[in-house]
Amino acid sequence: MFGILDRLHETGASEYQVPYGALKPIRPHYQKANTPTVKKTVPQNTWVEHLKRIQADQDQRAFAELFAHFAPRVKAFLMKSGASPSMAEECTQEVMATLWHKAHLFDPSRASVATWIFTIARNKKIDALRKQRRPEPENLEWGPEAEPEAADILVLQQESQQLTEAMTALPSQQRELIEKAYFGDLSHSEIAAETGLPLGTIKSRLRLALSKLRQTMK
Amino acid sequence: MNNMTQIKHHLTDQLLIGYAAGTLPEAFNLVVATHLSMCDSCRAAAQAYDAIGGAFLETDAQASMDEGALEETLALIGKGPSAAKPMAASDVPSPLGAYIGGGLGDVKWRSVGMGVRQAVLSTSKSATARLLYIPAGAAVPDHGHRGTELTLVLQGAFRDATARFAAGDVEVANEDLNHTPVAEIGEDCICLAATDAPLRFNSWIPRMAQPFLRI
Repeated sequence: MFGILDRLHETGASEYQVPYGALKPIRPHYQKANTPTVKKTVPQNTWVEHLKRIQADQDQRAFAELFAHFAPRVKAFLMKSGASPSMAEECTQEVMATLWHKAHLFDPSRASVATWIFTIARNKKIDALRKQRRPEPENLEWGPEAEPEAADILVLQQESQQLTEAMTALPSQQRELIEKAYFGDLSHSEIAAETGLPLGTIKSRLRLALSKLRQTMK
Repeated sequence: MNNMTQIKHHLTDQLLIGYAAGTLPEAFNLVVATHLSMCDSCRAAAQAYDAIGGAFLETDAQASMDEGALEETLALIGKGPSAAKPMAASDVPSPLGAYIGGGLGDVKWRSVGMGVRQAVLSTSKSATARLLYIPAGAAVPDHGHRGTELTLVLQGAFRDATARFAAGDVEVANEDLNHTPVAEIGEDCICLAATDAPLRFNSWIPRMAQPFLRI
């Protein structure tokens, strides 16, 4: 079923397969004030720490920094999906509040913070704009003692980062196609599985993360 | 309900992308979420497509928030999380359990003839989700499709002209496929099915009955 993804994995994705030993930890990053026009990519490991601080210490400063970075992005996403500015504003606040309340469910070995926020925003879109329930797969959580390994977190976060960089480097035509798919301008039968993005490695990584999680759940 | 190693028939990339993007009808989302609960390789693929959404969020446009938005959000947080509905214990994956309101024992079946029973689940109207109960050895009448039909096996197994489908397997059928699913001898077969257009039965009796069956 993953013909195209697997091909990517075998051929095009080699530059993304950095051997673990060669990875350098991402330096801590000081979050500067956000200007709406500048597109920049903040190392995502920073945001993982932010979420930990929210979960462990109810750290409002960490939340404010996350909010400054992500709220304008979520709002734009919701407006592109068809929400009016006032509805998008209200929904974005609810998305960010959900992030606070569900911080303990975030698993950095399975998603970047941006990805996790995307899923909350997407579910909000379905709930508020399409007036539908959103069936979600059964929850897989780490038990009280087990937790993801630091190395798994680092690699997954870096691969998410590489995916983001690849997205920026994508030819505009390809990017538009993905954009159309994600904003509902294509019906599901029109969506091509060819994304032009290096998904093979991240998919195998996620498969591995799930099987580790399953082992601890037994 | 864990048959992960034996699952042979998976979701298509198109469906997984649609699920990640949030553009599928609710009934399809239900089949996808139920399959993802049983199949880690599809779940990993779905999460990879979520990651594209994350990359998009990171690199795409921004819209400035209203003044005082942060304070309002903190006030919203102060009100506490919205109460999560307690989940009833269930013998089916939790997304499906939420639609049944329990397990397979709680399903209100209706007979559709020849021993086959069904229960339509309540979803938005653009597609229909239903549970099908096919007694061991029985057949669902030969039918074609105008749209897409997803059939996920929860218990037992069925065969049609194309292949054998056992627990966890999902068949993605489109307009080209005319088939007569037959439940295997040995165990009654229970499936979760979703269609985005009415089925087209190939003999006149089921066609007449169709409006009453809501399939």
